[in-house]
Amino acid sequence: MQYMSRSTVIEVKGLHKAFGKLEVLKGIDLTVSKGEVISIIGPSGSGKSTLLRCLIHLEKAERGSILIEGRPILDPDHPHISESEIRTRCKKLGMVFQNFNLYPHKSALENVIEAPLVVAKKPRQEAIRAGEQQLEKVGLSDKRDTYPCHLSGGQKQRVAIARALAMEPDILLFDEPTSALDPELIGEVLAVIKDLVKEHMTMVIVTHEMSFAREVSDKIVFMDDGVILESASPEKLFNDPDHPRIRSFLQKML
Amino acid sequence: MEYLLQSTGYILQGGSVTIRLFFLTLLCSLPLGFLGAMAKTSKSRALHILMESYTSIVRGTPLLLQIFFVYYGLPLLIPGLRLDRFTAAALTFILNYGAYFTEIFRGGIQSIERGQYEASKVLGMSYTQTMVRIILPQTIKRVLPPVANESITLVKDTALVVVLGIGDILRNSKEIVARDFTISPFIIAAIIYLGMNYLVVLFFKRLEERYAVYE
Repeated sequence: MQYMSRSTVIEVKGLHKAFGKLEVLKGIDLTVSKGEVISIIGPSGSGKSTLLRCLIHLEKAERGSILIEGRPILDPDHPHISESEIRTRCKKLGMVFQNFNLYPHKSALENVIEAPLVVAKKPRQEAIRAGEQQLEKVGLSDKRDTYPCHLSGGQKQRVAIARALAMEPDILLFDEPTSALDPELIGEVLAVIKDLVKEHMTMVIVTHEMSFAREVSDKIVFMDDGVILESASPEKLFNDPDHPRIRSFLQKML
Repeated sequence: MEYLLQSTGYILQGGSVTIRLFFLTLLCSLPLGFLGAMAKTSKSRALHILMESYTSIVRGTPLLLQIFFVYYGLPLLIPGLRLDRFTAAALTFILNYGAYFTEIFRGGIQSIERGQYEASKVLGMSYTQTMVRIILPQTIKRVLPPVANESITLVKDTALVVVLGIGDILRNSKEIVARDFTISPFIIAAIIYLGMNYLVVLFFKRLEERYAVYE
């Protein structure tokens, strides 16, 4: 997506995060530009999900800085950014979870319009109209009134994507969006993400789907043991990685 | 036959006390339990300690003892306080059931997956919005069975007010038993309690069916 303007939308510097004595992130630097698709790959427990969760403030990192569209949500010079300020800044971000986290007591459409109604305070009719469009976009218009318990895993994840899109985020974060799915359902979710790539949505995707990452990403970030071992174009990282650790990981995965 | 009808009529008069006590207790102890659960799941340490003492004391001592304590004990502790029997009984029941509902609701709230909070947070919802729109509606469904249990127990527990000499179903039937040397009033009372609990069970069954549309 090289023809997009390359303004920086997320800037992470020297990010450290520990759970008790366990250091999970040991100094992460990451820059995400507008319209860019970045996939984060690497072995389990390498800190990929934690990094993503720090970006949207589900985890609070101890050290380092995070800027969302130029505004800090973590900044060593301003240790007391208020929760409401952080919430406003994080509204630029949307997130899709491994386990969907749909609201079980709400239908597909109600899941999608919930935040537009109560957070963005949209009028109900407008929210419904937009919600129906989001569902159509992920191919689930006919499941409008279905509760999540009657949806397949793939359908659930597509509703979750529609729900995230309904808040019109500038950046979408995916935390292993297909890891909880049966193999035959992975394709439909990846297809929806590919549609978003075509629309130049800025995305950071933590995934184990190597061929998918290779196909859609502008940049692949390889994480291992809390650090970024290499960050490069898909061609470079998959064909000729600098690090032997990456080579052996890819051999196991492919 | 006429005798049975007469006895039944008299026993049913006591039913009004039982029913009033039942609804008054539910009406007040359910919100109390809800507030208690919010306090118990909040981050405030002081509230924790307060609620923990409340639920341990109330759940750890007999309801009968609590009735005696409130009716006979409280006026001694607080000079000038006069509680009539029904108020004392109602107050005790509300505090007692409030403690049980606190624990039931706390368990319900804590049984909701963390992902529900996280999904709400990344969508920009505040804590209050998350609780009101997402967590509590799901909690209600999960606590319905234990709340139904407590309600059934409450119908039967109301009979304890006999010890304060309040003319409820049980006391009125006992009076007839003592007067006429017959046990039929006890059977009538049993049937009335059964009937009331049948209605309670039916009500909660309907409610559970309504919530069964998901999961």
